[in-house]
Amino acid sequence: MSVEIIDWFPETDKQGVLWLTLDKQDSATNVLSTSILEQLNTLVDQITADRPSAVIFQSGKASGFIAGADVKEFLQVTNKQEALIMIKRGQNVFSRIESLTCPTVALIEGFCMGGGTELALACDYRVALDDSSTKIGLPEIKLGIHPAFGGVVRSTAIINPLKSLEMMLTGRALSARQAKSIGLIDLVQPKRQIKRAAQQLALFPPKKRRMPLSGKILSLPGIRNLLAGYMKKQVAKKAPRQHYPAPYALLDIWCNYYGRKKRLMEEEANSVARLIQGNTVRNLIRVFFLQTQLKGLGSKKMLSLNQVHVIGAGIMGGDIAAWCALRGYRVTLQDREPKYLENAMKRANQLFRKKLRTTHERNAALDRLIPDCNGYGVEKADVVIEAIFEDKAAKQAVYKDIEPRMKPGAVLATNTSSIPLETLAKGLKNPERLIGIHFFNPVAMMPLVEIVKTRKSSEQTIEQAVAFALHIGKLPLPVKSAPGFLVNRILMPYLVEAVTLYEEGVSPEAIDKAALDFGMPMGPVELADTVGLDICHSVAENLASAYGTSVPSVLGQFVEADKLGRKTGRGFYQYKKGKPIKNKDADLGDQKSIQNRLIYRLLNESAACIDEKIVDDRNLLDAGIIFGTGFAPFRGGPLHYSLEEGLEAITESMQQYGSKYGERFNPVTGWKLIKQ
Amino acid sequence: MAATKGIYARPVYLIDGSRTPFLKARGKPGPFKHAELGIYAARPLIQRMPFSAKDFDEVIMGSTMPGPDEANIARVVALRLGCGDDIPAYTVHRNCASGMQALDSAAMSIASGRSELILAGGIEAMSQAPLLLHPKMVSWLASWWGAKSFVGKLKALSAFRPGLLAPVIALLKGLTDPVVGMNMGQTAEQIAYRFDISREMMDQFALDSHLRLHAAQQSDDLREVEAIYDTDGKVYDHDDGVRADSTLEKLAKLRPAFDKPYGLVTPGNSAQITDGAAALVVASEGAVKKYKLPVMARIVSTEWAALSPSEMGLGPAHAIAPLLKSQGLKPESIDFWEINEAFAAQVLAVIAALKNKDYCKDYLGLRSAVGEIPLDRLNIHGGGVSLGHPVGASGARIVLHLARVLEANNAKRGIASLCIGGGQGGAMLIERETSTTSIASPKKATPKKRSPKKVSPKK
Repeated sequence: MSVEIIDWFPETDKQGVLWLTLDKQDSATNVLSTSILEQLNTLVDQITADRPSAVIFQSGKASGFIAGADVKEFLQVTNKQEALIMIKRGQNVFSRIESLTCPTVALIEGFCMGGGTELALACDYRVALDDSSTKIGLPEIKLGIHPAFGGVVRSTAIINPLKSLEMMLTGRALSARQAKSIGLIDLVQPKRQIKRAAQQLALFPPKKRRMPLSGKILSLPGIRNLLAGYMKKQVAKKAPRQHYPAPYALLDIWCNYYGRKKRLMEEEANSVARLIQGNTVRNLIRVFFLQTQLKGLGSKKMLSLNQVHVIGAGIMGGDIAAWCALRGYRVTLQDREPKYLENAMKRANQLFRKKLRTTHERNAALDRLIPDCNGYGVEKADVVIEAIFEDKAAKQAVYKDIEPRMKPGAVLATNTSSIPLETLAKGLKNPERLIGIHFFNPVAMMPLVEIVKTRKSSEQTIEQAVAFALHIGKLPLPVKSAPGFLVNRILMPYLVEAVTLYEEGVSPEAIDKAALDFGMPMGPVELADTVGLDICHSVAENLASAYGTSVPSVLGQFVEADKLGRKTGRGFYQYKKGKPIKNKDADLGDQKSIQNRLIYRLLNESAACIDEKIVDDRNLLDAGIIFGTGFAPFRGGPLHYSLEEGLEAITESMQQYGSKYGERFNPVTGWKLIKQ
Repeated sequence: MAATKGIYARPVYLIDGSRTPFLKARGKPGPFKHAELGIYAARPLIQRMPFSAKDFDEVIMGSTMPGPDEANIARVVALRLGCGDDIPAYTVHRNCASGMQALDSAAMSIASGRSELILAGGIEAMSQAPLLLHPKMVSWLASWWGAKSFVGKLKALSAFRPGLLAPVIALLKGLTDPVVGMNMGQTAEQIAYRFDISREMMDQFALDSHLRLHAAQQSDDLREVEAIYDTDGKVYDHDDGVRADSTLEKLAKLRPAFDKPYGLVTPGNSAQITDGAAALVVASEGAVKKYKLPVMARIVSTEWAALSPSEMGLGPAHAIAPLLKSQGLKPESIDFWEINEAFAAQVLAVIAALKNKDYCKDYLGLRSAVGEIPLDRLNIHGGGVSLGHPVGASGARIVLHLARVLEANNAKRGIASLCIGGGQGGAMLIERETSTTSIASPKKATPKKRSPKKVSPKK
């Protein structure tokens, strides 16, 4: 079967080397769609017939080599048979490439993910561009599957399993040099040499890479079992089997079939065909698309960003400043006196040490982060972020000072979480200029920022704020200015319910277990301790007065007793070296009821936010809660989860909880607005 | 602007400046490298300018021993400040006056019309000075690397002596004159002897330096100092060599460091080994107008002079005399003075030389003595003895601070001067427009007046 070649561009040079350039039509990035794989199959027929001296695969896109398989096609798969057909198609082409008699080279520049890496592994040699844009990985695990086009077989055949399995289990992308150091890449070359290097490899092929001795030993039968068992334990700490089966499936097939290439290839296909039918995969793909949706909410072009000025060098302000500097922008950081910047500078150094590998990159980040107690930066900044303590008068005083000094067109943003922007905007010459850019703690870990708009905020300011978030690599979520905005508003009833349960005598361990079993990354009690009970208390009070609810008195008692959680070593839990001491024998109570009470509060508040149009639609709400709180991603978000469970069943059950535990569980009117 | 004519064909203006705290070296590499000091000094300065780092035409820095990975430190600093790839930068070296040389080079460039806006200053991280391999060790290494055969290696090995491992301390080499073989402290002893400067005078001068710096730190007189942070987040916000509790008794107990054991020059009355950097914006009339820059002062003229390396400490006298003469000025017309305190003895000897008729006649080619530099108008907020002398930076620091002192006192003229290792002197006259014509009296009361004994030169 021969198909028309429309996305691949073959060209044979003077030495007889065939250069195959992939440049997918009507797309900014290359993905391995069915069509592209079929074209490749046809090309392999031609190669077998024409017998070029060597084949080099490369990309015609500036963005990178190949971004992976076409995720949209996954969603069209309805049964195991279809999945197997799709997988075998890819496996077959790559195996044919592997068995070509002429040398094959993958020339990798920019992104090389999933199927792209698997194609590269099917080649005899891999050359990667020495540049920070080069990212090589097998991130399938993030979508709830594992490599299926021979990626497991081929990576574990040449790379020490500690490294290859780690790469697949974490889904982490490697730089060119990291990829070389683990043996995934043969050569790392600068742009000016890379084509020559690929050509030389193709024409004068050296010995192919083989598994190093240490890797051979770790892959021996008994040792393999031990290693897989150990890795499962590590994985279980972050991804429990019942919610995330893929890592366990990956370790199982490697452990059981390593060394039998054909069989392992079969099992690779079977395993993914099984996984792909589960809800986890669909929901993780949904999360992937939600992320794309948030990124598409604006354009970086709306703001030319060079310099950011941050006022307030507390944990939030300091971390925001460090993050912006890390992302390549000049930042001036202001507080009242030099000594108040010490902690922020220390944390910034820690962040740079963690995230940046070379000395010159760390130096450059430090050069960009400028302590500025005199506030000189106000006049130069494209975005000014106020992140001082939550005091209306103090914030207004800051704006009064800086507004006349700011550049025309610069964004004035506040990181407030509890003071209405309408109040803060009073006294501003241009109130339409003020916007909320609400970061979450810890700034470096949380991908979301809420863009808080008032009715007065100008369209331009909103677009600029969204662009700012995109510039610094965060996901922007525009929300209406209402107490708690979206994330805190929905999270707080869930935390408050946890405290209520505690007040009723349920053990913190039981409460946290119920939430973890649901799929939350951390239990609500431990989360409250981590955020700080003083902060929780003030946010809860603030929301309670706004929405006429009540705050359990035990929260205030903890604050008065200076038991503020992790930071003071005592909260709901006691802390030893920053870790909670949990009672393993705690009474777990009625887990189902505990879990429902926690989750129903969160779901009901989500419906209320839809009613009040805090965000534009339910997908954005789900995105906000997943990226802002870590809400069980494999459940696809609170409203998606409700729809999957069935709205009727959920609201009925809520009604029952309402009559038993109080009207806070009665379904709000917003549920009527939620549709598939 | 003021009418005094200097050597510059076009007017040259000092706009603003800032510096790092001067941090005393504590026997090991300090928390900041050369480049970081330079960057941290200049960053806040650029932030408060109405233009961006990319608008400079050149960057010129004085530095005597930047790290091995920081050759042409000015270029490293310029790039890391974000001046852009297309802004040229060079480093100047005139020993102790490198920072002043950078300002003079900037002024010359502006005066000639080549540049309009320049970032100039000085940088020195003396604590980072390297230990070097002895040349004999380098030769041995060459023979070791060169030996290809086993026998050859064995031969090379047999020539090894543990003594070859002794390092050469680059800092000490730098502070020793290679021509006359005297270290800088010995040249200070030499001129103290010549002008009969006593240990008591030196110690009194040193004590005053500390007390003046301490008083300035308690007030608002050192606003050009910007807080800097190390990689642990620790803040450094003041010159930490100051000893507020210094007394004459304590100073008297210190032993001579250079002419042991009978000398007079001690660590207590010498400049400290220190890390620091200063940066200034130098602009043409055109740049002042273009960016509406506030003028701090005008650089009127700069004089360089040379003398025997063994009496390098008298360099300022040799530069100040012709500077005053060329401008038709007397010491009385100078409102404030900054003479870098390499050694208390050396500053006192300069004062003595300038008012000594014989010295002025025999060595400066004048008919009479130059006159008196009053101690209450000299280094009114301390100097090298109390805040240290990071060699390449001091020249820029004293000009910057002098301009600030003139401004704070609404005064008109000031001279900044340094002695230079190797036997040179440099002096720079700056002038600002005043709102009144009379010479102002110092704004703040200075500590106890210094009253040096009258001295006469010895031959």
